[in-house]
Amino acid sequence: MDSSLASGATTNKEPNDPEVKISNFTFDPASLEIPPGAKVTWTNHDDQPHTVTSTQKAFDSPALDTDDHFSFTFAKPGEYPYYCKIHPRMTGKVVVK
Amino acid sequence: MAKRIIRNLGDDGIDRRGFLECMAWAGSGLLWTISGGIAYSQMAHRATGVAQGSLSFVQISDSHMGFNKEANKDVAATLQEAVAKINALPDPPLFVIHTGDISHLSKPSEFDTVDQILKSAKISQIFYVPGEHDGLGDNGKLYLERYGKGTNGLGWYSFDQKGVHFVGLVNVFDLKPGGLGLLGDEQLRWLEKDLAPYSNSTPIVLFAHIPLWSVYPQWGWGTDDSAQALSYVKRFGSVTVLNGHIHQILQKVEGSVYFHTAASTAFPQPAPGTAPNPGPMTVPPDRLKESAGNNKSELRPGKTSIGRRGLIACIWGHNQ
Repeated sequence: MDSSLASGATTNKEPNDPEVKISNFTFDPASLEIPPGAKVTWTNHDDQPHTVTSTQKAFDSPALDTDDHFSFTFAKPGEYPYYCKIHPRMTGKVVVK
Repeated sequence: MAKRIIRNLGDDGIDRRGFLECMAWAGSGLLWTISGGIAYSQMAHRATGVAQGSLSFVQISDSHMGFNKEANKDVAATLQEAVAKINALPDPPLFVIHTGDISHLSKPSEFDTVDQILKSAKISQIFYVPGEHDGLGDNGKLYLERYGKGTNGLGWYSFDQKGVHFVGLVNVFDLKPGGLGLLGDEQLRWLEKDLAPYSNSTPIVLFAHIPLWSVYPQWGWGTDDSAQALSYVKRFGSVTVLNGHIHQILQKVEGSVYFHTAASTAFPQPAPGTAPNPGPMTVPPDRLKESAGNNKSELRPGKTSIGRRGLIACIWGHNQ
C-alpha cells in the first residue's frame, strides 16, 4: 500500500531494511533498535487491518490490510513509541541510536 | 463488578463462565422487545409475535462490509440473510439498531453496499453507532457525514420511543496507546446531562460498539471509562446495554443493568482467551449460516431461556 502521509514514509523496501512483522495482533519485534537513517518496514500478516501510528505524531500509516506494508525512515536518534489505532493495546517502539 | 453467573441453575445451558452459547455464528439480528419496562430479546428468525403496545426493535452488528477473507468471503450475503430474517418477522420491528463496524475499512463503497442492502429491510428507521472500522484514516469524518446528522460530538445521541430512552454512545475514536475503548470526558458530561430529566422508572437502553463492560481487556474488549457512564444509570430500575465488537453473544447481569453483546452478521470471533488472538474465526460454511436447532424454549420474563444446543432466546427483565 502506498503511503505518503508522513514525511519519510516510502514503499520501496530494500532486502536488508529492518522489518517488523504484524501478526497475531502483536508487533514483532515489539522493540527494534536501528541506526539513524535506517528505514523500517512493517508488514501486516493478520486478516484484520492494523495501523502503525506514532504516539508522538512522527508517523501514521493508513489502515494496513492483509499483506500491506508501511515504511518509515528514521533520520534522528531517539525513542519512537507507536501503536495500532484500531487495536490500541498493540504497542511497539523503534529505538534509533 | 458483580459476579458472573457461575452455575447452570435451571438447566438453562449457561456455561460455568456465565456466557451463553451462540446459536448462529453469523447472519442474525436480535429482536428486542420492551414491554412494561422489561426488555427481552429473541433471535430474529425464531421470534414468535410481540405483545400489543410493546416496543420491538432489532439489533444487528458488525457487518464488516469489504471483509473477504476465509472466515466469510461473502459478507454481503450474510447481511442480506439478516435482513431477510427481519423481514420475515411476524410483527415488524419499529426500528433497527446497528452497533457498528458497518464497514471493514471505512471505504465509501463499503458503506454504499450496506446502505443498499439495508434499504430492503422493511423498517422505518436505522440507528447507528460507529465501530473502530468505520473511522479508519479520518477519525470518523466520513461516518459522521453519512450517519451522524443531528448527533453530538463524534456521533453520540439519544431518542425516546414509547417511553423508553435510548442512548447511542461512541467509544471507538481517539483511542489511547495501550488502552481500550474510550467514551471521553465530553461525551460523559453530555450523557450525565442527557439522563438527568428522566425518572428512575424510565427504561434506559445504552448502545455502543465496544462493550461497556470488561469482557476481556487482554483483547481490548472493554471500555476504559465505562464505569463513569454506568454510574449515571445506577438509579434507573431497568437498564439494558447493547454492544457489538466481539462477534459473539454474551451477557451479564449486574444489579438492574443487563449487558448484552450481539453476534456479527459477517464472521464469528473466538470466545475470550480461547485463541491466540481475537481475529476472525473460520468455521465450516454450514455452521456459519447455521440457524437454531429444533429446541423450543419458553419465554419468561426475568429468565434467560436457552436450548441445550445453543441460544434460542434471551429475555431480560429485572426481578421485582
